[in-house]
Amino acid sequence: MTAPANNLLLVMMRKAVLVCLVAFAFAAPAFAEEGAELLVANTRVGNIASLQRGARLYFNYCSGCHSIKYQSYSRLAEDLKLSPAEVLGNFAFTGAKIGDQIVSNMPASHAEQWFGKAPPDLSLEARSKGPDWIYTYLKSFYLDPARPVGWNNKLFAGASMPNVLWELQGTQIAHYAPAKAGDEPIVEKLELASKGRLSPEEFDSAARDITTFLQYVGEPAALKREAVGVWAILYLAFFTFLAWLLNKEYWKDVH
Amino acid sequence: MANVFASIGNWVNERAPGLMPVYRKHMTEYYAPKNFNFWYYFGVLAMVVLVNQILTGIFLTMFYKPGAATAFDSVEYIMRDVDWGWLIRYMHSTGASMFFIVVYLHMFRGLMYGSYKKPRELVWLLGMFIFLALMAEAFMGYVLPWGNMSFWGAKVIISLFGAVPLIGDTLVQWIMGDYNPADATLNRFFALHVIALPLVLLLLVVLHIFALHEVGSNNPDGVEIKKKKDPATGKPLDGIPFHPYYTVHDLVGIGFFLTLCAFIIFYQPTLGGWFLEHDNFIPANPLVTPPEIKPVWYFTPFYGILRVIPSKGLGIFAMFASIVLLFLLPWVDRGAVKSIRYRGLGYKLALGLFAATFLLLGSIGAGVTGEMIPKLFGASADVTSIEMHFGWLLVLIYFSYFLFLWIYTAFGYEKTKPVPERVIFGGH
Repeated sequence: MTAPANNLLLVMMRKAVLVCLVAFAFAAPAFAEEGAELLVANTRVGNIASLQRGARLYFNYCSGCHSIKYQSYSRLAEDLKLSPAEVLGNFAFTGAKIGDQIVSNMPASHAEQWFGKAPPDLSLEARSKGPDWIYTYLKSFYLDPARPVGWNNKLFAGASMPNVLWELQGTQIAHYAPAKAGDEPIVEKLELASKGRLSPEEFDSAARDITTFLQYVGEPAALKREAVGVWAILYLAFFTFLAWLLNKEYWKDVH
Repeated sequence: MANVFASIGNWVNERAPGLMPVYRKHMTEYYAPKNFNFWYYFGVLAMVVLVNQILTGIFLTMFYKPGAATAFDSVEYIMRDVDWGWLIRYMHSTGASMFFIVVYLHMFRGLMYGSYKKPRELVWLLGMFIFLALMAEAFMGYVLPWGNMSFWGAKVIISLFGAVPLIGDTLVQWIMGDYNPADATLNRFFALHVIALPLVLLLLVVLHIFALHEVGSNNPDGVEIKKKKDPATGKPLDGIPFHPYYTVHDLVGIGFFLTLCAFIIFYQPTLGGWFLEHDNFIPANPLVTPPEIKPVWYFTPFYGILRVIPSKGLGIFAMFASIVLLFLLPWVDRGAVKSIRYRGLGYKLALGLFAATFLLLGSIGAGVTGEMIPKLFGASADVTSIEMHFGWLLVLIYFSYFLFLWIYTAFGYEKTKPVPERVIFGGH
């Protein structure tokens, strides 16, 4: 090259493009959040034991009201390494068959009457809100006599849902920050007022298990996706290497 | 075995004697400059992505059910119950974004090396029409999963046509076939996305390549290789047959590109909400507006222009003008020198600024600046006002690029360097 300055410019531009691509790849925009800091859920979908514990908690505490209509019992058995009998015996309280989708038996019209809002389907909750949101939400309930069901949530103020996990977690009360006149008081922090069956550490772990389970339900293919990906990438890298050798051989002629 | 192939070949040649000359013209006897660099991969990569979109699209169509009541469920069905459906869908959704990445880089290459200049104006114009068709194709494809962002994105973008004087409102209803994006809208977008626009795209791509092969490829030095031919053979001295030299060369780039794509598809399929948006995992709901309505990242530079201009009519005009001006580049830029290597300092700075402006407008359109401003200027900063003023500056720079380029080149202000007689090639 006779024009080193231009060459330098080219190299710089090329670098700029690479930097942009890399920055782009890691600049993950936050999930839609209601202005509160989220706790890190620290889940791993490949953790089958956590998924099984999460499923048990989900079916004991959540599935009465919340459907996961895109998930079937049979797929659950397959992915969670459980037998159909185990799944039906432990998780299906409604007389469902193994091929059925997992739907709550609560009539939506009644649910709306009872809670003010029908409990949403949670199939894609982890995909639209993110695992951290779910984990934080489960840990953010506090007693609030002003609410119709007696509970409120620091992350999602005015939530219609009561704290179904209170037996495990215990009950939390809120400490409010001094509010300006006319404003709603802002919850500053939560304090455990009475103990539950689980220690705070054990409850964190339970909330994490439920979150992991919902993350799996959001994308059951994730288990397979991550397992297959390694081989796809290795194959393509090897193909690229062969193509590079072939290219080198051909371009020997070009002077 | 070789005899069988030869006789089949002869049989075809006798009946279609024009086929081999076409193959030779576009492959083995198409002489491409030997000094192509990194930037010359993106054309072929765009073709690879186009093929990927068509193939994966065919399989998605087998399971996808257009219709407001069925679309969202059928996409989840593909993601969960169709064998390898998730892979096909992620290849398609990742492909859509990668298409724009490679096309934007391909266009930037054109600006860097003056590939739009005489005699390649037609190649550039056809390429710009491909870009337009691609934007329409991507927009309609984005509506098909019928998530909440599909619905609201469609509503916002279609409502832009409401700014057309007199017939605006009627036009919007005519496009949607309803008063809101609805079942009728989804079905017609499906038709346009899976057959009408792909046909247009394919035709334009063929014309783009044919037009290119008429005039020959430009190169990083902007030297016309056809000017220096071997007197004995009549072939360009700096040209090499496209096949096999550039086919094997492109194979390396394609391999590298596919490896990168595989990483996204298998480990970051939503790319943190940039390729598949979180709000689009919520079914379309005309009653619930997402916290922030914004198009997918590849439209954000143009959406940024729309967003910072307070008057709707003026904003839409500026947005369309920002694309129309790109069409006119071959006539705006009057400079005789093509490649940035030999162009004046003013051009280099202007192009760098133009590219940076494009990215920054994108960050406004995507709402990135909305999150950055409180971090940079403190929580009490007036986000809207700062964003607007910054945006106006960017819009000004974007349009000034074209004005500057015209004045700079038409009135002889550009101080260029001597362009070499032959291309510069360091060997491989």
